[in-house]
Amino acid sequence: MHSIKIDNISKQYDNVEALKGVSLTINQGELFGIIGADGAGKTTLFRILTTLILADSGTATLNGFDVVNDYKAIRSSIGYMPGQFSLYQDMSVAENLKFFASIFGTTIEANYSFIEPIYKQIEPFKTRRAGKLSGGMKQKLALCCALIHKPTILFLDEPTTGVDPVSRKEFWEMLQQLKTQGITIVVSTPYMDEATLCDRIALIRAGSFLQTDTPQRIIEQYPNRLWAVSGTPMFRLLNVLRAMPEAASCYAFGDVHHFAIHGDTLTIEALQHRLAALSFEAIKITPITATIEDCFMALDKLS
Amino acid sequence: MKRETVIKVDNLTKRFGSFTAVDSISFEVGRGEIFGFLGANGAGKTTAMRILCGLSIPTSGNATVAGFDIATQSEQVKRNIGYMSQKFSLYDDLNVWENIRLFAGIYGMEARDIATKTDVLLQKLNFESERNTLIKALPLGWKQKLAFSVAIFHNPKIVFLDEPTGGVDPATRRQFWEMIYEAAESGITIFVTTHYMDEAEYCNRVSIMVDGHIAALDSPNNLKQQFEVDTMNEVFQHLVSNAKRGE
Repeated sequence: MHSIKIDNISKQYDNVEALKGVSLTINQGELFGIIGADGAGKTTLFRILTTLILADSGTATLNGFDVVNDYKAIRSSIGYMPGQFSLYQDMSVAENLKFFASIFGTTIEANYSFIEPIYKQIEPFKTRRAGKLSGGMKQKLALCCALIHKPTILFLDEPTTGVDPVSRKEFWEMLQQLKTQGITIVVSTPYMDEATLCDRIALIRAGSFLQTDTPQRIIEQYPNRLWAVSGTPMFRLLNVLRAMPEAASCYAFGDVHHFAIHGDTLTIEALQHRLAALSFEAIKITPITATIEDCFMALDKLS
Repeated sequence: MKRETVIKVDNLTKRFGSFTAVDSISFEVGRGEIFGFLGANGAGKTTAMRILCGLSIPTSGNATVAGFDIATQSEQVKRNIGYMSQKFSLYDDLNVWENIRLFAGIYGMEARDIATKTDVLLQKLNFESERNTLIKALPLGWKQKLAFSVAIFHNPKIVFLDEPTGGVDPATRRQFWEMIYEAAESGITIFVTTHYMDEAEYCNRVSIMVDGHIAALDSPNNLKQQFEVDTMNEVFQHLVSNAKRGE
Protein backbone atom coordinates (compact mmCIF):
# COMPACT_ATOMS: atom_id res chain seq x y z
CA MET A 1 0.00 0.00 0.00
CA HIS A 2 1.20 3.50 -0.82
CA SER A 3 2.11 5.71 2.06
CA ILE A 4 3.32 8.67 0.00
CA LYS A 5 2.60 9.51 -3.61
CA ILE A 6 4.43 12.42 -5.22
CA ASP A 7 3.38 13.44 -8.70
CA ASN A 8 5.41 15.88 -10.80
CA ILE A 9 6.27 18.34 -8.02
CA SER A 10 8.14 21.52 -8.98
CA LYS A 11 9.33 24.40 -6.84
CA GLN A 12 11.26 27.52 -7.77
CA TYR A 13 12.88 30.14 -5.52
CA ASP A 14 13.71 33.36 -7.36
CA ASN A 15 15.85 32.06 -10.19
CA VAL A 16 16.73 28.68 -8.64
CA GLU A 17 14.73 25.63 -9.69
CA ALA A 18 14.83 23.66 -6.42
CA LEU A 19 12.65 20.78 -7.69
CA LYS A 20 12.10 20.03 -11.37
CA GLY A 21 9.02 17.85 -11.63
CA VAL A 22 9.84 14.94 -9.31
CA SER A 23 7.59 11.90 -8.95
CA LEU A 24 7.88 9.10 -6.43
CA THR A 25 5.85 6.50 -4.58
CA ILE A 26 6.84 5.32 -1.12
CA ASN A 27 5.26 2.19 0.34
CA GLN A 28 3.89 1.76 3.81
CA GLY A 29 6.51 0.57 6.28
CA GLU A 30 9.36 1.37 3.93
CA LEU A 31 12.66 2.90 5.07
CA PHE A 32 13.25 5.25 2.16
CA GLY A 33 16.39 7.32 1.60
CA ILE A 34 16.64 10.59 -0.36
CA ILE A 35 20.34 10.81 -1.10
CA GLY A 36 22.19 13.79 -2.50
CA ALA A 37 24.45 16.77 -1.79
CA ASP A 38 23.56 20.11 -0.19
CA GLY A 39 21.38 22.17 -2.49
CA ALA A 40 20.02 19.16 -4.40
CA GLY A 41 16.44 19.82 -3.23
CA LYS A 42 16.08 17.38 -0.32
CA THR A 43 14.87 19.89 2.26
CA THR A 44 12.48 21.58 -0.20
CA LEU A 45 10.87 18.22 -0.89
CA PHE A 46 10.55 17.52 2.84
CA ARG A 47 9.01 20.92 3.51
CA ILE A 48 6.42 20.40 0.77
CA LEU A 49 5.53 16.92 2.04
CA THR A 50 5.24 18.12 5.64
CA THR A 51 2.83 20.89 4.42
CA LEU A 52 5.16 23.73 5.47
CA ILE A 53 5.49 25.23 1.98
CA LEU A 54 3.48 24.90 -1.21
CA ALA A 55 4.72 23.41 -4.45
CA ASP A 56 4.48 25.60 -7.57
CA SER A 57 2.95 22.70 -9.46
CA GLY A 58 2.28 18.99 -9.06
CA THR A 59 0.50 17.09 -6.30
CA ALA A 60 1.37 14.89 -3.37
CA THR A 61 -0.67 12.72 -1.03
CA LEU A 62 0.27 11.17 2.30
CA ASN A 63 -1.90 8.29 3.54
CA GLY A 64 -4.32 9.40 0.82
CA PHE A 65 -4.51 12.99 2.12
CA ASP A 66 -3.61 15.87 -0.18
CA VAL A 67 -0.75 18.10 1.01
CA VAL A 68 -2.73 21.26 0.15
CA ASN A 69 -6.38 20.48 0.93
CA ASP A 70 -5.92 18.07 3.82
CA TYR A 71 -2.91 19.64 5.52
CA LYS A 72 -4.47 19.41 8.97
CA ALA A 73 -5.04 15.67 8.71
CA ILE A 74 -1.47 15.25 7.47
CA ARG A 75 0.10 17.30 10.26
CA SER A 76 -1.45 15.13 12.95
CA SER A 77 -0.30 11.89 11.37
CA ILE A 78 3.32 12.66 10.50
CA GLY A 79 6.48 13.29 12.50
CA TYR A 80 9.17 15.67 11.25
CA MET A 81 12.70 16.11 12.49
CA PRO A 82 14.27 19.05 10.64
CA GLY A 83 17.98 19.31 9.95
CA GLN A 84 18.45 22.13 12.46
CA PHE A 85 17.93 21.27 16.14
CA SER A 86 14.59 22.91 16.80
CA LEU A 87 13.51 22.02 20.31
CA TYR A 88 13.24 24.50 23.15
CA GLN A 89 16.78 24.86 24.53
CA ASP A 90 15.66 26.38 27.82
CA MET A 91 13.11 23.68 28.60
CA SER A 92 14.13 20.36 30.11
CA VAL A 93 14.09 17.04 28.31
CA ALA A 94 10.82 16.02 29.97
CA GLU A 95 9.24 19.46 29.39
CA ASN A 96 10.03 19.37 25.68
CA LEU A 97 8.53 15.95 25.31
CA LYS A 98 5.43 16.86 27.33
CA PHE A 99 5.00 20.04 25.26
CA PHE A 100 5.09 18.19 21.94
CA ALA A 101 2.73 15.53 23.27
CA SER A 102 0.22 18.19 24.37
CA ILE A 103 0.38 20.01 21.01
CA PHE A 104 -0.77 16.78 19.39
CA GLY A 105 -3.43 16.28 22.06
CA THR A 106 -1.82 13.26 23.61
CA THR A 107 0.32 12.39 26.63
CA ILE A 108 3.74 10.85 27.14
CA GLU A 109 2.11 7.98 29.03
CA ALA A 110 -0.32 7.13 26.20
CA ASN A 111 2.44 6.48 23.68
CA TYR A 112 5.32 5.68 26.00
CA SER A 113 5.85 2.17 24.68
CA PHE A 114 6.36 3.58 21.16
CA ILE A 115 9.28 5.82 22.14
CA GLU A 116 10.56 3.72 25.04
CA PRO A 117 13.63 2.14 23.37
CA ILE A 118 14.96 5.60 22.47
CA TYR A 119 13.65 7.61 25.41
CA LYS A 120 15.05 5.32 28.06
CA GLN A 121 18.55 6.25 26.85
CA ILE A 122 17.96 9.92 27.74
CA GLU A 123 15.54 9.45 30.65
CA PRO A 124 18.35 9.67 33.25
CA PHE A 125 18.81 13.30 32.05
CA LYS A 126 15.12 14.23 31.91
CA THR A 127 15.54 17.28 34.16
CA ARG A 128 18.45 18.66 32.11
CA ARG A 129 17.80 21.59 29.78
CA ALA A 130 17.75 20.56 26.12
CA GLY A 131 20.40 23.19 25.30
CA LYS A 132 22.85 21.48 27.67
CA LEU A 133 22.60 18.04 26.08
CA SER A 134 25.36 16.48 23.99
CA GLY A 135 24.81 16.24 20.23
CA GLY A 136 23.84 12.58 20.36
CA MET A 137 21.36 13.12 23.18
CA LYS A 138 19.80 16.15 21.49
CA GLN A 139 19.20 13.99 18.47
CA LYS A 140 17.53 11.27 20.53
CA LEU A 141 15.29 13.84 22.22
CA ALA A 142 14.35 15.38 18.87
CA LEU A 143 13.48 11.93 17.59
CA CYS A 144 11.30 11.23 20.65
CA CYS A 145 9.50 14.56 20.18
CA ALA A 146 8.87 13.72 16.51
CA LEU A 147 7.43 10.34 17.52
CA ILE A 148 5.43 11.15 20.66
CA HIS A 149 2.08 11.37 18.81
CA LYS A 150 2.71 7.98 17.17
CA PRO A 151 2.88 9.20 13.57
CA THR A 152 2.45 6.78 10.67
CA ILE A 153 5.12 8.55 8.61
CA LEU A 154 8.38 9.95 9.96
CA PHE A 155 10.49 12.51 8.06
CA LEU A 156 14.12 12.88 9.08
CA ASP A 157 16.02 15.64 7.28
CA GLU A 158 19.76 14.92 7.37
CA PRO A 159 19.80 13.44 10.87
CA THR A 160 23.43 12.30 10.54
CA THR A 161 25.12 15.28 8.86
CA GLY A 162 28.30 16.26 10.69
CA VAL A 163 27.94 13.27 13.01
CA ASP A 164 30.93 10.98 13.52
CA PRO A 165 30.85 7.45 12.03
CA VAL A 166 30.23 5.68 15.35
CA SER A 167 27.21 7.86 16.25
CA ARG A 168 25.92 7.55 12.70
CA LYS A 169 25.96 3.76 13.00
CA GLU A 170 24.03 3.95 16.28
CA PHE A 171 21.43 6.25 14.75
CA TRP A 172 20.79 3.85 11.87
CA GLU A 173 20.41 0.99 14.33
CA MET A 174 17.67 3.05 16.04
CA LEU A 175 15.92 3.52 12.68
CA GLN A 176 16.02 -0.22 11.94
CA GLN A 177 14.40 -0.81 15.32
CA LEU A 178 11.69 1.82 14.65
CA LYS A 179 10.95 0.23 11.31
CA THR A 180 9.85 -2.96 13.04
CA GLN A 181 6.93 -0.94 14.47
CA GLY A 182 5.50 -0.53 10.95
CA ILE A 183 6.13 3.21 10.58
CA THR A 184 7.12 4.60 7.17
CA ILE A 185 10.46 6.41 7.45
CA VAL A 186 11.74 8.94 4.90
CA VAL A 187 15.30 10.00 5.61
CA SER A 188 17.61 12.31 3.69
CA THR A 189 21.39 12.13 3.81
CA PRO A 190 24.46 13.36 1.96
CA TYR A 191 26.37 10.20 3.02
CA MET A 192 26.25 7.69 0.17
CA ASP A 193 27.39 4.83 2.41
CA GLU A 194 24.06 5.08 4.26
CA ALA A 195 22.18 4.15 1.06
CA THR A 196 22.59 0.42 1.61
CA LEU A 197 20.83 0.72 4.98
CA CYS A 198 17.58 1.80 3.23
CA ASP A 199 14.96 -0.44 1.60
CA ARG A 200 14.83 1.86 -1.42
CA ILE A 201 16.54 5.12 -2.32
CA ALA A 202 16.17 8.06 -4.65
CA LEU A 203 19.43 9.66 -5.81
CA ILE A 204 18.74 13.37 -6.13
CA ARG A 205 20.81 15.98 -7.95
CA ALA A 206 19.96 19.57 -8.89
CA GLY A 207 16.23 19.13 -8.27
CA SER A 208 15.80 15.87 -10.20
CA PHE A 209 15.93 12.20 -9.27
CA LEU A 210 18.78 10.46 -11.08
CA GLN A 211 17.40 7.04 -10.16
CA THR A 212 14.93 5.45 -7.74
CA ASP A 213 15.27 1.80 -6.80
CA THR A 214 16.64 -0.59 -4.20
CA PRO A 215 20.36 0.01 -3.53
CA GLN A 216 21.07 -3.51 -4.82
CA ARG A 217 19.33 -2.94 -8.16
CA ILE A 218 21.02 0.44 -8.64
CA ILE A 219 24.37 -1.24 -8.10
CA GLU A 220 23.48 -4.06 -10.52
CA GLN A 221 22.69 -1.48 -13.22
CA TYR A 222 26.12 0.16 -12.99
CA PRO A 223 27.11 0.50 -16.67
CA ASN A 224 30.89 -0.10 -16.69
CA ARG A 225 33.46 -2.66 -15.68
CA LEU A 226 35.12 -1.45 -12.48
CA TRP A 227 38.57 -2.21 -11.10
CA ALA A 228 40.26 -1.14 -7.90
CA VAL A 229 43.77 -0.05 -8.86
CA SER A 230 46.61 0.90 -6.56
CA GLY A 231 50.30 1.58 -7.16
CA THR A 232 53.05 4.03 -6.25
CA PRO A 233 52.83 7.00 -6.69
CA MET A 234 49.04 7.10 -6.24
CA PHE A 235 48.34 10.65 -7.35
CA ARG A 236 50.16 10.29 -10.68
CA LEU A 237 48.41 6.93 -11.15
CA LEU A 238 45.04 8.70 -10.92
CA ASN A 239 45.88 11.05 -13.79
CA VAL A 240 47.46 8.30 -15.90
CA LEU A 241 44.39 6.05 -15.56
CA ARG A 242 42.04 8.91 -16.29
CA ALA A 243 43.89 9.69 -19.55
CA MET A 244 43.65 6.10 -20.88
CA PRO A 245 41.42 5.68 -23.96
CA GLU A 246 39.35 2.94 -22.27
CA ALA A 247 38.68 5.10 -19.18
CA ALA A 248 35.03 5.95 -18.45
CA SER A 249 36.15 7.62 -15.23
CA CYS A 250 38.67 7.28 -12.44
CA TYR A 251 38.23 8.49 -8.88
CA ALA A 252 40.13 8.03 -5.64
CA PHE A 253 38.32 5.77 -3.15
CA GLY A 254 40.29 5.58 0.07
CA ASP A 255 43.50 3.64 -0.55
CA VAL A 256 42.60 2.56 -4.12
CA HIS A 257 41.41 4.23 -7.31
CA HIS A 258 38.13 3.07 -8.85
CA PHE A 259 38.86 2.79 -12.54
CA ALA A 260 35.70 2.47 -14.69
CA ILE A 261 36.32 0.95 -18.11
CA HIS A 262 34.40 1.30 -21.38
CA GLY A 263 33.98 -1.86 -23.43
CA ASP A 264 35.64 -5.23 -22.77
CA THR A 265 38.92 -5.06 -24.68
CA LEU A 266 41.23 -3.99 -21.86
CA THR A 267 42.43 -6.87 -19.66
CA ILE A 268 43.95 -6.72 -16.19
CA GLU A 269 47.21 -8.17 -17.58
CA ALA A 270 47.38 -5.51 -20.29
CA LEU A 271 46.83 -2.71 -17.77
CA GLN A 272 49.42 -4.26 -15.44
CA HIS A 273 51.99 -4.18 -18.27
CA ARG A 274 51.09 -0.66 -19.29
CA LEU A 275 51.49 0.66 -15.74
CA ALA A 276 54.73 -1.25 -15.18
CA ALA A 277 56.12 0.29 -18.39
CA LEU A 278 55.30 3.72 -16.93
CA SER A 279 57.44 2.76 -13.90
CA PHE A 280 54.66 2.47 -11.34
CA GLU A 281 55.51 0.16 -8.45
CA ALA A 282 53.49 -2.18 -6.24
CA ILE A 283 50.70 -2.29 -8.83
CA LYS A 284 47.54 -4.09 -7.73
CA ILE A 285 44.41 -4.47 -9.87
CA THR A 286 41.23 -6.17 -8.63
CA PRO A 287 37.76 -6.33 -10.25
CA ILE A 288 35.17 -4.95 -7.82
CA THR A 289 31.45 -4.31 -7.46
CA ALA A 290 30.36 -0.67 -7.69
CA THR A 291 29.34 1.25 -4.58
CA ILE A 292 26.42 3.71 -4.52
CA GLU A 293 28.99 6.54 -4.87
CA ASP A 294 30.28 4.98 -8.12
CA CYS A 295 26.68 4.73 -9.36
CA PHE A 296 25.89 8.31 -8.35
CA MET A 297 28.92 9.64 -10.20
CA ALA A 298 28.18 7.55 -13.31
CA LEU A 299 24.53 8.75 -13.36
CA ASP A 300 25.65 12.30 -12.67
CA LYS A 301 27.90 12.18 -15.73
CA LEU A 302 25.05 10.97 -17.94
CA SER A 303 22.64 13.67 -16.84
CA MET B 1 64.65 12.38 4.23
CA LYS B 2 63.46 14.07 7.38
CA ARG B 3 60.86 16.76 6.71
CA GLU B 4 61.13 20.17 8.27
CA THR B 5 58.75 20.34 11.27
CA VAL B 6 56.03 22.98 10.89
CA ILE B 7 53.72 22.05 13.76
CA LYS B 8 55.13 20.91 17.07
CA VAL B 9 52.74 20.13 19.92
CA ASP B 10 54.03 19.23 23.34
CA ASN B 11 51.75 18.08 26.18
CA LEU B 12 49.06 20.52 25.14
CA THR B 13 46.15 20.68 27.60
CA LYS B 14 43.00 22.77 27.74
CA ARG B 15 40.58 22.76 30.66
CA PHE B 16 37.22 24.48 30.89
CA GLY B 17 36.48 24.50 34.63
CA SER B 18 36.68 20.88 35.75
CA PHE B 19 36.37 19.57 32.19
CA THR B 20 39.57 18.64 30.37
CA ALA B 21 38.76 19.11 26.69
CA VAL B 22 42.29 18.42 25.45
CA ASP B 23 44.36 16.19 27.67
CA SER B 24 48.11 16.46 27.17
CA ILE B 25 48.44 15.77 23.47
CA SER B 26 51.80 15.71 21.67
CA PHE B 27 52.64 15.34 17.99
CA GLU B 28 54.62 16.85 15.12
CA VAL B 29 53.62 17.56 11.53
CA GLY B 30 56.15 17.93 8.71
CA ARG B 31 56.26 20.38 5.81
CA GLY B 32 54.01 19.35 2.90
CA GLU B 33 52.38 16.62 4.94
CA ILE B 34 48.64 15.88 4.74
CA PHE B 35 47.75 15.32 8.38
CA GLY B 36 44.28 13.95 9.20
CA PHE B 37 42.92 15.00 12.58
CA LEU B 38 40.04 12.66 13.35
CA GLY B 39 37.88 11.88 16.34
CA ALA B 40 34.31 11.49 17.55
CA ASN B 41 32.09 14.55 18.08
CA GLY B 42 33.23 16.09 21.35
CA ALA B 43 36.63 14.37 21.46
CA GLY B 44 38.41 17.75 21.61
CA LYS B 45 39.36 18.28 17.95
CA THR B 46 37.87 21.75 17.60
CA THR B 47 39.41 22.95 20.86
CA ALA B 48 42.84 21.69 19.80
CA MET B 49 42.50 23.24 16.37
CA ARG B 50 41.48 26.61 17.83
CA ILE B 51 44.60 26.59 19.98
CA LEU B 52 46.82 25.77 16.98
CA CYS B 53 45.24 28.64 15.03
CA GLY B 54 46.11 31.08 17.83
CA LEU B 55 42.46 31.63 18.81
CA SER B 56 42.59 30.05 22.25
CA ILE B 57 45.33 29.85 24.90
CA PRO B 58 46.19 26.41 26.29
CA THR B 59 45.92 25.75 30.04
CA SER B 60 49.33 24.07 29.92
CA GLY B 61 51.79 22.65 27.44
CA ASN B 62 53.41 24.25 24.38
CA ALA B 63 52.96 24.36 20.67
CA THR B 64 54.71 26.06 17.79
CA VAL B 65 53.03 26.56 14.44
CA ALA B 66 55.10 27.71 11.46
CA GLY B 67 57.92 28.32 13.93
CA PHE B 68 55.92 30.66 16.19
CA ASP B 69 54.75 30.04 19.73
CA ILE B 70 50.96 29.82 19.82
CA ALA B 71 50.72 31.42 23.27
CA THR B 72 53.12 34.35 22.89
CA GLN B 73 53.19 34.92 19.11
CA SER B 74 49.60 34.22 18.10
CA GLU B 75 49.48 37.15 15.64
CA GLN B 76 52.48 35.76 13.70
CA VAL B 77 50.82 32.33 13.79
CA LYS B 78 47.64 33.74 12.26
CA ARG B 79 49.58 35.44 9.46
CA ASN B 80 51.26 32.19 8.46
CA ILE B 81 48.25 29.91 8.35
CA GLY B 82 45.11 29.60 6.27
CA TYR B 83 41.74 28.36 7.52
CA MET B 84 38.67 26.98 5.84
CA SER B 85 35.57 25.20 7.11
CA GLN B 86 32.42 23.95 5.47
CA LYS B 87 30.32 25.96 7.92
CA PHE B 88 31.96 29.29 7.18
CA SER B 89 34.36 30.23 4.44
CA LEU B 90 33.32 33.09 2.16
CA TYR B 91 30.88 36.00 2.43
CA ASP B 92 27.71 35.20 0.47
CA ASP B 93 26.83 38.81 -0.30
CA LEU B 94 30.26 39.82 -1.59
CA ASN B 95 31.32 38.83 -5.08
CA VAL B 96 34.24 36.61 -6.03
CA TRP B 97 36.99 39.21 -6.26
CA GLU B 98 35.71 41.15 -3.23
CA ASN B 99 36.05 38.01 -1.13
CA ILE B 100 39.57 37.41 -2.43
CA ARG B 101 40.57 41.02 -1.74
CA LEU B 102 39.01 41.01 1.74
CA PHE B 103 40.74 37.85 2.92
CA ALA B 104 44.07 38.66 1.26
CA GLY B 105 43.94 42.10 2.92
CA ILE B 106 43.23 40.55 6.31
CA TYR B 107 46.25 38.32 5.86
CA GLY B 108 48.35 41.44 5.20
CA MET B 109 49.00 41.17 1.47
CA GLU B 110 49.80 44.32 -0.56
CA ALA B 111 47.05 45.66 -2.83
CA ARG B 112 49.28 45.33 -5.90
CA ASP B 113 50.11 41.68 -5.17
CA ILE B 114 46.45 40.96 -4.55
CA ALA B 115 45.44 42.35 -7.95
CA THR B 116 48.01 40.41 -9.98
CA LYS B 117 47.55 37.20 -8.02
CA THR B 118 43.75 37.42 -8.35
CA ASP B 119 44.10 37.42 -12.14
CA VAL B 120 46.37 34.37 -12.03
CA LEU B 121 44.04 32.52 -9.68
CA LEU B 122 40.85 33.23 -11.63
CA GLN B 123 42.56 32.13 -14.81
CA LYS B 124 43.81 28.93 -13.25
CA LEU B 125 40.36 28.08 -11.86
CA ASN B 126 38.71 29.03 -15.16
CA PHE B 127 36.69 31.51 -13.15
CA GLU B 128 37.35 34.77 -15.01
CA SER B 129 33.73 35.12 -16.13
CA GLU B 130 32.59 34.85 -12.50
CA ARG B 131 34.82 37.65 -11.16
CA ASN B 132 31.81 39.83 -10.32
CA THR B 133 29.39 37.03 -9.37
CA LEU B 134 28.03 37.02 -5.82
CA ILE B 135 29.18 34.02 -3.83
CA LYS B 136 25.62 33.01 -3.01
CA ALA B 137 24.92 32.52 -6.72
CA LEU B 138 27.74 29.99 -7.14
CA PRO B 139 27.18 26.22 -6.99
CA LEU B 140 28.49 24.64 -3.79
CA GLY B 141 31.36 22.86 -5.53
CA TRP B 142 32.69 26.13 -6.99
CA LYS B 143 32.32 27.90 -3.67
CA GLN B 144 34.40 25.22 -2.09
CA LYS B 145 37.15 25.41 -4.69
CA LEU B 146 37.25 29.15 -4.30
CA ALA B 147 37.19 28.99 -0.50
CA PHE B 148 40.20 26.67 -0.53
CA SER B 149 42.03 28.88 -3.03
CA VAL B 150 41.34 31.92 -0.84
CA ALA B 151 42.60 30.07 2.24
CA ILE B 152 45.96 29.45 0.56
CA PHE B 153 46.05 32.71 -1.44
CA HIS B 154 48.57 34.40 0.88
CA ASN B 155 50.82 31.35 0.54
CA PRO B 156 50.60 30.18 4.15
CA LYS B 157 52.90 27.47 5.50
CA ILE B 158 49.91 25.54 6.85
CA VAL B 159 46.24 25.40 5.98
CA PHE B 160 43.68 24.17 8.51
CA LEU B 161 40.63 22.54 6.94
CA ASP B 162 37.72 21.88 9.31
CA GLU B 163 35.38 19.34 7.69
CA PRO B 164 35.89 20.97 4.29
CA THR B 165 33.85 18.44 2.30
CA GLY B 166 30.66 18.08 4.36
CA GLY B 167 27.52 17.88 2.25
CA VAL B 168 29.08 18.01 -1.22
CA ASP B 169 28.48 15.48 -3.98
CA PRO B 170 30.94 12.61 -4.47
CA ALA B 171 32.67 13.95 -7.58
CA THR B 172 33.16 17.43 -6.07
CA ARG B 173 34.51 15.89 -2.88
CA ARG B 174 37.15 14.07 -4.89
CA GLN B 175 38.05 17.11 -7.00
CA PHE B 176 38.54 18.97 -3.74
CA TRP B 177 41.01 16.34 -2.55
CA GLU B 178 42.92 16.68 -5.81
CA MET B 179 43.37 20.37 -4.97
CA ILE B 180 44.61 19.38 -1.53
CA TYR B 181 47.21 17.04 -3.09
CA GLU B 182 48.39 19.78 -5.40
CA ALA B 183 48.77 22.25 -2.52
CA ALA B 184 50.67 19.65 -0.47
CA GLU B 185 53.02 19.01 -3.38
CA SER B 186 53.79 22.73 -3.51
CA GLY B 187 54.94 22.48 0.11
CA ILE B 188 51.85 23.67 2.00
CA THR B 189 51.12 21.56 5.05
CA ILE B 190 47.52 20.36 5.26
CA PHE B 191 45.83 19.84 8.64
CA VAL B 192 42.38 18.41 7.97
CA THR B 193 39.39 17.07 9.92
CA THR B 194 36.73 14.91 8.28
CA HIS B 195 33.95 12.47 9.06
CA TYR B 196 34.46 10.64 5.76
CA MET B 197 36.66 7.67 6.53
CA ASP B 198 37.66 7.16 2.89
CA GLU B 199 39.23 10.63 3.09
CA ALA B 200 41.29 9.49 6.06
CA GLU B 201 43.02 7.14 3.61
CA TYR B 202 44.20 10.13 1.54
CA CYS B 203 46.24 11.51 4.44
CA ASN B 204 49.95 10.79 4.93
CA ARG B 205 49.30 10.33 8.64
CA VAL B 206 46.16 10.30 10.75
CA SER B 207 45.61 10.95 14.43
CA ILE B 208 42.43 9.78 16.13
CA MET B 209 41.31 11.63 19.25
CA VAL B 210 39.22 9.91 21.91
CA ASP B 211 38.10 11.71 25.09
CA GLY B 212 40.76 14.44 24.80
CA HIS B 213 43.66 12.05 24.14
CA ILE B 214 45.32 10.99 20.92
CA ALA B 215 44.41 7.31 20.88
CA ALA B 216 46.33 6.49 17.69
CA LEU B 217 48.67 8.27 15.29
CA ASP B 218 50.28 6.70 12.24
CA SER B 219 49.93 6.28 8.49
CA PRO B 220 46.60 4.75 7.40
CA ASN B 221 48.40 1.56 6.31
CA ASN B 222 50.18 1.12 9.61
CA LEU B 223 46.97 1.77 11.56
CA LYS B 224 45.10 -0.82 9.53
CA GLN B 225 47.90 -3.34 10.12
CA GLN B 226 48.06 -2.52 13.81
CA PHE B 227 44.32 -3.17 14.29
CA GLU B 228 44.27 -6.01 11.73
CA VAL B 229 41.44 -4.51 9.68
CA ASP B 230 40.97 -3.50 6.03
CA THR B 231 39.58 0.03 6.26
CA MET B 232 40.07 3.23 8.25
CA ASN B 233 36.37 3.05 9.13
CA GLU B 234 37.03 -0.14 11.09
CA VAL B 235 40.06 1.45 12.81
CA PHE B 236 37.85 4.40 13.79
CA GLN B 237 34.94 2.24 14.97
CA HIS B 238 37.35 0.14 17.03
CA LEU B 239 38.94 3.11 18.81
CA VAL B 240 35.96 5.38 19.20
CA SER B 241 33.26 2.92 20.26
CA ASN B 242 34.95 2.79 23.67
CA ALA B 243 34.80 6.57 24.09
CA LYS B 244 33.19 7.74 27.30
CA ARG B 245 32.09 11.23 26.55
CA GLY B 246 29.54 12.53 24.06
CA GLU B 247 29.58 15.80 22.19
